[in-house]
Amino acid sequence: MLESYFPVLLFLVVGLLVGVAPLVLGWGVGKVLGTVRPDPEKLSPYECGFEPSADARIQFDVRYYLVAILFILFDLEVAFLVPWAVVLKEIGLFGFISMMIFLAILVVGFIYEWMKGALEWE
Amino acid sequence: MIPTSLNAWVATPEIFLLCSACIVLLFDLFVSDARKQVTYLLTLLVLALTAVLTIQSLQQGLALSASGVSAARFAFNHMYVADPVADFAKLGMLLGVALVLIYGRSYAIDRGIFKGELFTLTLFSLLGMMVMASATNFLTLYVGLELLSLAIYALVALPRGNVRASEAAMKYFVLGALASGMLLYGLSMLYGATGSLDVYEVSARIAQAQFNPMLLTFGMVFVVTGIGFKLGAVPFHMWVPDVYEGSPTLLAQLIGSAPKLAAFVFVLRLLGEAMGQFGPLWGEMLKYIAILSLVIGNLAAIAQTNIKRMLAYSTISHMGFLLLGVMTHSEIGYAAAFFYAMTYVITAAASFGLIMLLSRNGFECENIADFKGLNKRSPWFAGMMLMVMFSMAGIPAFVGFFAKLSVLRALVDSGLTWLAVVAIVFSLIGAFYYLRVVKVMYFDEPEGELLAPAGELDAKLLLSLNCLLLLVLGVFPNQLLTSLSHAVNLTMAGSAGMMLQ
Amino acid sequence: MDMKTIYLLIPLAPLFGALVAGLFGWAIGRKAAHTVTIGGVAVSFLLSAYTLKYLLGGGEAFNGTVYTWTVIAGVDFNVGFLVDTLTAMMMCVVTFVSLMVHIYTIGYMSEDPGYQRFFSYISLFTFSMLMLVMSNNFVQLFFGWEAVGLVSYLLIGFWFKRPTATFANMKAFLINRVGDFGFLLGIGLVLYHFGSLDYATVFQQVAADPAGWQAKTITLFAGHEWNLLAVTCILLFIGAMGKSAQFPLHVWLPDSMEGPTPISALIHAATMVTAGIFMVSRMSPLFELSDTALSFIMVIGAITALFMGFLGIIQNDIKRVVAYSTLSQLGYMTVALGASAYSVAVFHLMTHAFFKALLFLAAGSVIIGMHHDQDIRNMGGLKKYMPITWITSLIGSLALIGTPFFAGFYSKDSIILAVEHSNLAGSGFATFAVLAGVFVTAFYSFRMYFLVFHGKERWMSAGHSHHHGDHDDEEESHDHHHGLGPNDKPHESPWVVTLPLVLLAIPSVVIGFLAIGPMIAGDFFNNVIYTNLEAHPALEQVKHHAHDALAMGLHAFMTLPFWLAVAGVAAAYLFYMVKPDLATMCDRFFTSIGIKKLMEEKYYMDHLYINGFAAAGRAVGTVLWKVGDTLLIDGLVVNGAARVVGFISGMVRKLQTGYIYHYAFAMILGAILMLSFWLYVWGVSGVFSN
Repeated sequence: MLESYFPVLLFLVVGLLVGVAPLVLGWGVGKVLGTVRPDPEKLSPYECGFEPSADARIQFDVRYYLVAILFILFDLEVAFLVPWAVVLKEIGLFGFISMMIFLAILVVGFIYEWMKGALEWE
Repeated sequence: MIPTSLNAWVATPEIFLLCSACIVLLFDLFVSDARKQVTYLLTLLVLALTAVLTIQSLQQGLALSASGVSAARFAFNHMYVADPVADFAKLGMLLGVALVLIYGRSYAIDRGIFKGELFTLTLFSLLGMMVMASATNFLTLYVGLELLSLAIYALVALPRGNVRASEAAMKYFVLGALASGMLLYGLSMLYGATGSLDVYEVSARIAQAQFNPMLLTFGMVFVVTGIGFKLGAVPFHMWVPDVYEGSPTLLAQLIGSAPKLAAFVFVLRLLGEAMGQFGPLWGEMLKYIAILSLVIGNLAAIAQTNIKRMLAYSTISHMGFLLLGVMTHSEIGYAAAFFYAMTYVITAAASFGLIMLLSRNGFECENIADFKGLNKRSPWFAGMMLMVMFSMAGIPAFVGFFAKLSVLRALVDSGLTWLAVVAIVFSLIGAFYYLRVVKVMYFDEPEGELLAPAGELDAKLLLSLNCLLLLVLGVFPNQLLTSLSHAVNLTMAGSAGMMLQ
Repeated sequence: MDMKTIYLLIPLAPLFGALVAGLFGWAIGRKAAHTVTIGGVAVSFLLSAYTLKYLLGGGEAFNGTVYTWTVIAGVDFNVGFLVDTLTAMMMCVVTFVSLMVHIYTIGYMSEDPGYQRFFSYISLFTFSMLMLVMSNNFVQLFFGWEAVGLVSYLLIGFWFKRPTATFANMKAFLINRVGDFGFLLGIGLVLYHFGSLDYATVFQQVAADPAGWQAKTITLFAGHEWNLLAVTCILLFIGAMGKSAQFPLHVWLPDSMEGPTPISALIHAATMVTAGIFMVSRMSPLFELSDTALSFIMVIGAITALFMGFLGIIQNDIKRVVAYSTLSQLGYMTVALGASAYSVAVFHLMTHAFFKALLFLAAGSVIIGMHHDQDIRNMGGLKKYMPITWITSLIGSLALIGTPFFAGFYSKDSIILAVEHSNLAGSGFATFAVLAGVFVTAFYSFRMYFLVFHGKERWMSAGHSHHHGDHDDEEESHDHHHGLGPNDKPHESPWVVTLPLVLLAIPSVVIGFLAIGPMIAGDFFNNVIYTNLEAHPALEQVKHHAHDALAMGLHAFMTLPFWLAVAGVAAAYLFYMVKPDLATMCDRFFTSIGIKKLMEEKYYMDHLYINGFAAAGRAVGTVLWKVGDTLLIDGLVVNGAARVVGFISGMVRKLQTGYIYHYAFAMILGAILMLSFWLYVWGVSGVFSN
């Protein structure tokens, strides 16, 4: 029973390694080679965007929302496409057509947002 | 696993509507703001064609049942059904939505919401309603409901600069999301209790006593909560007055008419078909909700000075009546409720239509005082409003009377005479505020400027027909009543047949 | 076209006309309004005539439902038609007279501002009357019954700015309510005991077991058994008494003359008032089983026939003379019903419809000629000025008094024959009444005829009495001068007025001769009207005479009724042409013994109703109003309830705070309450324990 969870454990360990190794490497290499000349912009986590931890009630541009929502939409599309591509052979023509309908609907949405100018920042 | 019973043709009206909605959406991108009339006409055309397809489906179903076969045709692996109840309901929704657009045209132009989104979102909300009407699987039901709700939330917020509309949209959205969550929670519990998402499967499991009673009760309570919210029944009604008042009148009409039919079919499928065995149980729940709705709806309506708020409370009381029909969990009760919902769509459309035609640019006709002396300004408007008010109050010879009567008859047939008496008492109290509008129109002196309401000819003509229909249906209710109860009987017999298998 | 379509079309054509003229009359103008209504009625008449021909040619009678309005507690409320010979005959009479009146109205109402409204009403009336006669069930009968009553009300008060007219229409309405109440109770009894409102079903049940039904009793008051059929029939007949203006519910009919003359002809003489006669004939299978009811009917009819005739003698308003004559003739029909001679009653109904419509329209023509002066004392010698009106009036009068070979003769003589041979209680009195009535009828008819058309031209000298009927309405914008000016002469009316007179005069002469054979002696009414010839043999005698119309006419010269009529005419000639002093003397004599006063006050019936019933009713009403309504209901119940409701609604309103979290809280609270309630209930009932 429990052994079936072994891949998950493996996944966790590898993920941890991948996450920690660059940090450790970057910190060590930077210590050796780099010079330290801090200023406020450099010390902030992102040059643009928000502070990762701050009061929730701040004002920010609504355009962030728009981009975020659009991003989620097309992000999810990929989440559907990958498993679909994996089993495409088994689900055959029916699966293919179903996905095409799904994509067509997304394309309609895409055309709409494009024409409405939602992709222009200014 | 490839689905073996796709049968997509069963959903022809919905598929057509979906494609058309997408086309309208794209088409509108290339139409300049000044020429939105083209989109408007295209939308009406789409509605008409969908209606034709639905009528075909209806005829097919009736022909099937006449030849002794079940009228229900399933699609998408039993997740979707076209039967006469669904088709009748869809026709009612199509009519309701078409009336919203026609009556609201000049209102929308005046308020700058005569935009492509108005049409596409309306079409999508209609699609949601139609999916709800045809769904036989909890998932399809839920998807339809969400499509309907999300489209309407966005529609209410359409006048972006308008604070009241934004507030209404916000309230509607938050509370709607809460109700939707509860509904989903309830549905998941039903799934947990019975192990199926299919309406008929659930019904069969219950009949075979393969379920967890506690879980089922929990699920049912949450489902009733969700339904109560959609219908706007007490105590899940709080959003109704605020949303009606805040949203543009044309959207109040949209919210107040066609979705009630969808909600009725939803109730029929979920409670009547899936949990028909538990009729006495949920009937008891609905009973208190219905009584509360009658009491609160009618009493609160009396205190209103804003006619949209008054109509909101009146909707609450009407939904109480509708639920009284449903709670008898008998076929005659369902038929009565169906008739009630159907005629309510027409009546509500006429009432909001009149309010919109009376509103001019810059002047929102929404206080009852604005109707003072209307008869002197425009006898036509006053006469039409009179008919609508009489019908809502349930005065004989108008269709509202027959709708109420058939519900009362169902109650008496189920041995619930005392409930019928309660219903009558509260509709009598309710008659007060309807008649007050009539009194204000006919016996009060007009205040301020004597602007004769204008209104476009097409809307006026259609409104006259609409109001006349209230009278005609009141005098000749039988055709509609028998058709609808025949449809309900077919559906209920079909679901009983499904269980025997 | 199949027959069902035709039957549907017959009532719907006038309804269409009425709707168009009524709703869009303002837009389409006078000409279009009268064209569409006349067209509707003409279509209806032609189809009715076709129906009659079809039935006479051996066509099947139709009995079927057209539309089921609703089903309540297992009882169907249908719209259905029963078209047999009786119906077809009524349809022809109604549509023909209506068509004549429509045409006539063009001339009579030409200057009235309510022109379109009037046409709309009379077409609506035609529709209602057709629905009444074509019905195959009691509900539709009642619908038609009430609808004609409504139109009658609207038309009596057509000049609604005149107080006398509104008084008259209110009176007609209230008196008819009394009758309708009985009628409704009768229908209720039928429904209760037969379980159906369909004619055919009810009649079949009766025919299946006549003795059983005759023996049935009901208890109205504890300890008193009443015969069911007698009570039912008398109640139904009370309805007929209201509509057909039988004593003592007759008082509304003379006052109804406040309406325009075409209406008096159509509604208050030819068609609507005969609805009661028609209804009783239709119900003959029921009435035939109750001798009590038949006797009651006969006596009522006899009283009406004779005593209303007397009142005709002293009237000076031309329309009122004809109105009282109508009352008296309705009495004749009722007597025939009481004698079980339903077919004779219906026969008289038909002939009467023609000649009475003729007389009324002629009276209207005279009124036009006299510039709306209705007082016959101001007329005289009009023969010279209005030849067509004169000759048609003469024909009408001759038909009315029963001159052999005229239409009225055949029907009236048949009635007299039937009554003479009736074996029911009260037939002795009835025989006397109808015979005496012949003399009276002849006397007042020819009194009017002589005063109007012969003798001195009194309008030359008549001071302008301000007793004029039709036109002192303020709504008239143009200046009508009432009565003739010093230099005016009466003039013949336009062709639209005289044409209907001529067309009506023809059947007034010939219809009796032609129709008596089939209708009375023949089998026209077989299977339609049921008469138990063994129990009530009167009709047998009539049939015997009616074989040969020619012989009947010739034989009449040797019978009492003919000579009574001659005596009546002669007396009228003597009193009003030869020796007017004699009339004055008689007048003085009757005044001195008080009879004149009695008659002028119409036997004090109005006093009884107004100062008796109405005043008592008002007194009771006042008490109930002051104590019951104002104090208890208004003060305690209504205002109290309103205050409570207002208070609660104020509270409820406060619940609506506008805060979204309050709303969400209410929802969750509701869900929790439901949940707890059900957990409690289920826990108590032990569902979870297993």
